[in-house]
Amino acid sequence: MTETAAIELRGVNKSFGAVHANKDIDLLVKKGTIHGIIGENGAGKSTLMSILYGFYQADSGSIHVDGVEVKISDSRQAIGLGIGMVHQHFMLVESFTVLENVILGAEGGARLADGTQRAREELYRLEQDYELKVDPDAIVGELAVGLQQRVEILKALFRGAEILILDEPTGVLTPSEADHLFKILNVLKDQGKTVLLITHKLREIMAITDEVSVMRRGEMVATRKTADTSMSELAELMVGRSVLLEVEKTPAQPKQTVLDVQNLRVTDSRGVRVVKDVSLQVKAGEIVGIAGVSGNGQSELLETLAGIRKADHGIITLAGNTLDLTKVSPDPAEIRGMGLGHVPEDRHRMGLINSFSEYENAILGYHQSEQYSNGWLLDRSAIKQEARDAIEKYDIRPPNPDLKTANFSGGNQQKIVLAREIERDPEVLLVGQPTRGVDIGAIEFIHKRLIELRDQGKGILLVSVELDEIRSLADRIIVMFDGAIVGEREPGADETELGLLMAGVEGERA
Amino acid sequence: MFENFQTLILILDSTVRLSTPLLLACLAGLYSERSGIVDIGLEGKMLGAAFGAGAIAYLTGNAWLGLLGGIGVAILLALLHGYASITNRGNQIVSGVAINFLAIGLTALLGQSWFHQGGRTPPLPKGGRFQDIVLPGAEAVKDVPFLGPIYYELLSGHNILVYVAFAAVPLTWWVLFRTRFGLRLRAVGENPAAVDTAGISVILLRYRAVIICGILTGIAGSYLSIAQSSGFIKDMTAGKGYIALAALIFAKWKPVNAMFACLLFGFLDAIAIRLQGQALPLIGEVPVQFFQALPYILTVILLAGFIGKAIPPKASGVPYLKERT
Amino acid sequence: MSAGQLPRWVDYGLIPLLNLAAAFLVSGLVVLLIGENPLEAVEILLWGSLGFGEGVGFTLFYATNFIFTGLAVAVAFHAGLFNIGGEGQAYVGGLGVALACLALDQYVPWWVTMPVAVIGAALMGAAWAFIPAWLQAKRGSHVVITTIMFNFIASSLMVYLLVNVMAKPGSMQPETRTFEEGGRLPFLNDLQSWFDFGTAPVNLSLIIALIACVLVWVVIWRTRLGYEIRSFGANATAAVYAGMLPVRIIIVTMLISGGLSGMMALNEIMGSQHRLLIEFVAGYGFVGIAVALMGRAHPVGIVLAAILFGMLYQGGAELSFEKPAITRDMIVVIQGLVILFAGALENLFRPALVRIFTPSRVPAVQAG
Repeated sequence: MTETAAIELRGVNKSFGAVHANKDIDLLVKKGTIHGIIGENGAGKSTLMSILYGFYQADSGSIHVDGVEVKISDSRQAIGLGIGMVHQHFMLVESFTVLENVILGAEGGARLADGTQRAREELYRLEQDYELKVDPDAIVGELAVGLQQRVEILKALFRGAEILILDEPTGVLTPSEADHLFKILNVLKDQGKTVLLITHKLREIMAITDEVSVMRRGEMVATRKTADTSMSELAELMVGRSVLLEVEKTPAQPKQTVLDVQNLRVTDSRGVRVVKDVSLQVKAGEIVGIAGVSGNGQSELLETLAGIRKADHGIITLAGNTLDLTKVSPDPAEIRGMGLGHVPEDRHRMGLINSFSEYENAILGYHQSEQYSNGWLLDRSAIKQEARDAIEKYDIRPPNPDLKTANFSGGNQQKIVLAREIERDPEVLLVGQPTRGVDIGAIEFIHKRLIELRDQGKGILLVSVELDEIRSLADRIIVMFDGAIVGEREPGADETELGLLMAGVEGERA
Repeated sequence: MFENFQTLILILDSTVRLSTPLLLACLAGLYSERSGIVDIGLEGKMLGAAFGAGAIAYLTGNAWLGLLGGIGVAILLALLHGYASITNRGNQIVSGVAINFLAIGLTALLGQSWFHQGGRTPPLPKGGRFQDIVLPGAEAVKDVPFLGPIYYELLSGHNILVYVAFAAVPLTWWVLFRTRFGLRLRAVGENPAAVDTAGISVILLRYRAVIICGILTGIAGSYLSIAQSSGFIKDMTAGKGYIALAALIFAKWKPVNAMFACLLFGFLDAIAIRLQGQALPLIGEVPVQFFQALPYILTVILLAGFIGKAIPPKASGVPYLKERT
Repeated sequence: MSAGQLPRWVDYGLIPLLNLAAAFLVSGLVVLLIGENPLEAVEILLWGSLGFGEGVGFTLFYATNFIFTGLAVAVAFHAGLFNIGGEGQAYVGGLGVALACLALDQYVPWWVTMPVAVIGAALMGAAWAFIPAWLQAKRGSHVVITTIMFNFIASSLMVYLLVNVMAKPGSMQPETRTFEEGGRLPFLNDLQSWFDFGTAPVNLSLIIALIACVLVWVVIWRTRLGYEIRSFGANATAAVYAGMLPVRIIIVTMLISGGLSGMMALNEIMGSQHRLLIEFVAGYGFVGIAVALMGRAHPVGIVLAAILFGMLYQGGAELSFEKPAITRDMIVVIQGLVILFAGALENLFRPALVRIFTPSRVPAVQAG
């Protein structure tokens, strides 16, 4: 391990309007190491990497590659400097073959025939050197996600990348795919490449990096040798205070079952079985948490229960009403009518209509209710009153029901959704990623509100990829892996044990 | 029997002539849409080109200069479409509609103002029009049974632009699937972000596609006014740009399919003209309007998914914007 | 450059005005190019369209067409659909009007025929929009392309019907017989006496068009259906989450849109021509796109834009009479420019205006 810097950033600043996404960032990445950058969602990691890859220009500050100050104004220059990037959302042409994707932008001549053979040989060499096996003639869209990511890495290496940036690479991977990725990254390091790993997962940082830098709210708050730090220290640095998720709650007093799911099976649009024979129960007065690495079927489970996604098979009993999903495909309105509230995982994509006023979003999904109707017309004064009540009760700011929803902050938008779904007094509430992209203050509020709802005797099914959130809120934890339930634990269960379950290591099927 | 064969050859010959402008415009649309720019302004670009070619060929008496003029007008309109949809990220459909309006209005207005013949350009002098080319040996084999008429009537005796159009088919195939430019063009229509992160300018690539579209619609329009006819007539495209668009969908955005689709639609047009007022055996008289509507009906049936599925390039119609991730 | 950062009066007032100004500026250049004086042209145009009763009458007559087709495009816009088939829907709508008039005109007064004709026009227009709507909803075939195709199919169908089926016996003209009194809407001149529209054919359809504006406004902004239409147009995924049915929304929206297009035929067929004839739509369906864009898909904006285009049509006719060099094709050019600047280039002035009107402090947004 040499001590020269592969990349050095000095005093980098970047603002979007009034948002200061990167403040005076200094960063030194040593050659031939794996350097982690950790921080919460919205800490400014992605912006910083985009600056390094030429997607954005820094407002001030300098970038040094191999000790030389450089200007990177587009990705072509970044590539020329030996920087390769694996984006969180893959930059692949799905209808192309692996080979076509790899050579795109580095074709080696105006006629494809000129470079293809050489590219094929080079790919073969890279496969051998880095354990990156993938069929060059396969259509990318037909490959599994893990293999697609390999194509991205191959693309970077094919262009002669010496420095490889990976942005949240494990978010979409199964644990075994993630393990394989880490193996590859270690091989890359051994061959002298420098790896920059962007993540918000502490476990990955501890497992694979040599050094780690922590970002918080646009600032670089610390850099540590991984060997000299601990998860708890990093967590503290990330959030800026020692205890993040201490929720006050009394033990749950579960009563009758309000949601009963039997043998649910779901296939996605690609024809892949994503939910495999899932059966679970939620009782009145308890929070059941579903833990799992993102992409193991939790999202699909939630959407199916909410009636948005079609199931192949399964029977749901909701507050006494039974639906056989094998026979009927439910519609969300019908399921809502049976007493279900749903806070979706992605509020921008699903939970809100950003161009609507706040008060219009306050009835989304409940707009057919008699309560808001005045004959054929919508009863706008009733709707606005509803919105004003929610604003007051949930402390939504600014307190203006006529304001466009896009102009609220993430935490306040989430409160709009939460208020809408909770205040209709559902028997069962489905909650997905309740605090994603939400500021600390709002997180506390949201957690408190969910506990209150539980104590009022409602059943809550909570999906979150933040294990800590699940551990502090849930009364029972169900672990999903690869579309199936692989175990059930008490919230006090050992974190390592849960981690192993989530990784699909323990074969125990519940 | 022989008479039927003769009739068939004549219908096929006129099929080739009627297909040529469709094919050129269809390939033009193919470049544009493969790059992710939807173009319903093929009609307007053709019309503008027909006028430009007619006017310049009349003024200079030179068909080649006329062709250049036609191409020039079409490229200008194509750049306008590019400016609206690539640089300004405007709605591509709306931009296409605007260009069609501009072309109809401006050609008629300027035509009247410059030539005072009710929007027409004056008849072309001899050199102002592309003449039919007799291929070598055509006269000699003319009377050989079957093969003679095929060579003499069908293959020989078209003007240069017909041969250009059909040569553009394999050329387009080669460019699209065998060159670096083609690879990038196909990529940018499917996933512009992948192209951008590979260090290639999405904007430049799309502008190049749009300019090629201009060149080809330019040739298509010129064909109408200075090859097929002798001068520009008001609104002479008469919906050919839209038929080309239908053919492009029918061909599922593939060059060789495009040729067959255009030949099919040209053939329908040719028999419609041929059969006007004639009764068909068994069916009786088929109204000419039926043949006129058939290309559109067939395309709708295709779009309905009853004859395979037409899936456009994924990113077509979507302006590219670097997102704040 | 996110939308919604601008004050409403800029978004709904200044930007459309700037776009319009740009379109007229370029139109002026075209007039200069053909050797005429643009200012003089504007003067003739204004006088011709607003300067005397008959001019106003014609302006309003044309505006009636544009209100219907503009509303049609606008309703579809709200659901995120681009109905470019107003031309064909209006054409087939004419069939509905004509059938009602031909069946009833000899037996009943116009006010009995009228509701039947209105229903006929709307039904036929809606029917012609139904197949593209169904294909979009069920098969995902893009409604833009299918409605273009249906414009051409409508054109062939109507020519066939007028030539072979509906033509007056013994006549070579591709048109039906002229309707009797019972198949004619009264002209506004016959309904009131305080304003003289001369011989202009402006008729009761104008009132029907204005009623349609109010109804569209109520439906879109005040009913559950409108709420669903707007939700679906703004965020289809959220609409599904909320339990709305995309198939239903697409089809219902397109039926309303097609029905409105079809009702344009009332003005032309029952209000003015008093017979069904070929090509009577004459591009009015396409103008609806320009009107909807300019009017920002809002009925008030659409009425204003429709009157503006009515002025262009009527004033343009006067202009081509006074200045033969400026033929009526000039109107088509101006339409093209309006569609270009108000539609395709609507972002042209926005960045500059955002810079001017956005205060330096913006509500805090999560960085990331």
